[in-house]
Amino acid sequence: MRKVALTDFGLTEFNKDDIAIDSLMLSAVKSLFDSAPNLSQKDVDVVLTSTNDNSKYLSSIVSEISGIRPKISHSVESLCNSGANSVISAFSYIASGLADVALVVGAERFDSPGLVLEWDKSRGQYKHPIYWSSMFTKSHVRKYGTTKEDLAIVSAKNHNHALDNPCAYFKKTYSIDEIMNSKNLTDDIRLLDCSMPCSGSAAILLASEEAMKKLTDSPVWITGIGQKTLSAGFTKNEELASMESTIGAATMAYKMAKKKPGDIDVAEVHDAFSICEIIEVEDLGFVRKGKGNEFVRTLYETNDRRINPRGGLIGAGHPLGATGIAQIVEIGQQLQGKAGKRQVSQARVGLVQNMSAAATSSSILILES
Amino acid sequence: MTKFEEGLKKDEFVCSECLTCKKLVWPPNNFCNRCFGAVKWRPVSRCGKLVEFSKKDETVFCIAEFENEIRIMGSLKCSCVPVIGQSLKLVKCSHNESEEFVFQLVI
Repeated sequence: MRKVALTDFGLTEFNKDDIAIDSLMLSAVKSLFDSAPNLSQKDVDVVLTSTNDNSKYLSSIVSEISGIRPKISHSVESLCNSGANSVISAFSYIASGLADVALVVGAERFDSPGLVLEWDKSRGQYKHPIYWSSMFTKSHVRKYGTTKEDLAIVSAKNHNHALDNPCAYFKKTYSIDEIMNSKNLTDDIRLLDCSMPCSGSAAILLASEEAMKKLTDSPVWITGIGQKTLSAGFTKNEELASMESTIGAATMAYKMAKKKPGDIDVAEVHDAFSICEIIEVEDLGFVRKGKGNEFVRTLYETNDRRINPRGGLIGAGHPLGATGIAQIVEIGQQLQGKAGKRQVSQARVGLVQNMSAAATSSSILILES
Repeated sequence: MTKFEEGLKKDEFVCSECLTCKKLVWPPNNFCNRCFGAVKWRPVSRCGKLVEFSKKDETVFCIAEFENEIRIMGSLKCSCVPVIGQSLKLVKCSHNESEEFVFQLVI
């Protein structure tokens, strides 16, 4: 298997603008090409698009409006982990030798059809994500004594981080009291415990070891990948205070990268809701089960940015098909030492956890400088 | 419309069961998701147990488990604070824009 590097990145601002999906993607592609002076459209032999939008033939459209004639082009859709899955697909094309340079671009509109999974008979009329996240929250509260304040700390921390992310949806911070007193959506979820659906786009260029040399002096290598899908329906994840798919995907990724949780210097985890970050830092092995709330509280109190330095989904916004790619962009920039005010010092090894539909599926990448 | 949805419209909770491995197939479908065996459709016991719950406004919603295999979400009628593992009954099911289940705690 050939080595695969991330070389260049592109982002748009995340907001509520009413922009066509192909236009959003073109903006991120332009941002990437603007930052990559040695890159020509002729170098790109794969174009993959990631979105839950109902557009047809989108990868060919984006290729044409970007002036690219790729060998391989198609879309990837897997609800909220479409982004990481599209990068993993591009990795596979390059690692196998089918391609040398791949452009992956993800985007979503604020009114995405991917916000609700109509198919899931298990959820009955309770299809909106606030219902599954209430079940996760209640279960963690019951088993480990997690409090409303613990949940609010996740949101306060990630809004703080997002203030240094120029592309983030949120441009302000919130106190723990403001978050705890925000609107009760259910007994267990408040408005500011939720990520915000929005419009936005993110792009990444991947290259083989040989092709990379022309493009960058600071490659970031994909050294570990793990993916696990339990089901599409919510209720197959039997232990509600854990994410079985994340545990499975993490085990695979650590094994492939020959790394342990303690080796990870910086991580982007999928905080669709506050409870998700608490469960994920446990299930990724950063801390013992039931200690996620204490771990996140310490990060907040010490202004430690190693988890969700760009603000996560709660601070940066959640344009579904772009989210996993934006997470990988952040860790890529961190490992290149180009994250500006968000920079985590001495970051050499990073992790991205991107999941979908109540953690029925998870995708994890381990990256190294 | 599937037999599952047709049943719900008549307040009947039915699911497919594999003729080979005798297990319920969830979500219900025309072939077994363990062995791809043929299925028959049969009523599911309406007696279950509470897995987890929360509340939105004045409505309690929950996950309920039936026949130790099928977990579904629905609303829960209760006059006291529910206890995890408590017995409940499916008192009404229907299908309008989506599946609707109403459970009641057994005291």
